[in-house]
Amino acid sequence: MTSVDPGYFLALGGLMFTIGVVGVLVRRNAIVIFMFVELMLNAVNLFFVTFARMQGNVNGQVVVFFVLVVAAAEVVVGLAIIISIFRRRASANVDDVSLLRW
Amino acid sequence: MLDEVVFGVTFVVALGSSIAMLFAPNAVHVALFLVASQVALALAFLLQGAYFIAAIQIILYAGAIMVLFLFVIMLLGVDRREALIEPLTGQRPLAAALGVVLAALIGYVAINGVDLVTAGGGEGALNEINRDPGNVMAIARTLFGDYLLPFEVTSVLLVVAIVGVMVLARTIVQAGSGFPAGEEEAEEVAA
Repeated sequence: MTSVDPGYFLALGGLMFTIGVVGVLVRRNAIVIFMFVELMLNAVNLFFVTFARMQGNVNGQVVVFFVLVVAAAEVVVGLAIIISIFRRRASANVDDVSLLRW
Repeated sequence: MLDEVVFGVTFVVALGSSIAMLFAPNAVHVALFLVASQVALALAFLLQGAYFIAAIQIILYAGAIMVLFLFVIMLLGVDRREALIEPLTGQRPLAAALGVVLAALIGYVAINGVDLVTAGGGEGALNEINRDPGNVMAIARTLFGDYLLPFEVTSVLLVVAIVGVMVLARTIVQAGSGFPAGEEEAEEVAA
């Protein structure tokens, strides 16, 4: 295992999570927004793996396994929703889907 | 020394491609930058002794999920350039400011909460686990021991996802015509 301090890995994870949040706030394409959500999930996975290393057991790695399963299910359902929105509106821009906005 | 170099490369690639995702106007480029950052993260997992997780990160994320993303991008034809003008004035500076605040908060929590997380056996214990039963064996024992119920609930989640996708993505076939009806026609048929 590496001798690099776990704090650097935590810094990398925190920065990537922040970039994911900013991307969700800034971008307009629904699929791109979805990819930034995946980036956030990845950053959290890095946190879990780093904590597993610091604690000295594999519980954190098992949690990452569950995150991967949930992410796979979420991607499939989310992309199906985007496809059905696109069929109706011929657009993947989130500004066009404002019917429920107050 | 080698560890530091490998980590440096991982850090630069992961962070650089994440930042590039923010500024790439084309959805396909965003997807490719995401693949790059995921491969770099798999390297970060390898560095920290999570060998099994690194493997499924590549297979599942960079493989299956990103192929699905690219497939949908191509299917919908949304791979043209996204307009990078601001629809809401001041949204981007505000988002950047919020990002800085969030990064500061995460840093604060990480620095102050690290002692809570390091309460276990420390890094040597994970090295020992990876050597004796092996990483995959240790994960399997934990997964099918302590986490057996969540693991079974996961199968329910997958079934729900499959049924949900079938409901969302189907088009109703009109009786006799053999062609899938459009959404409006389908509603008329239903009514």
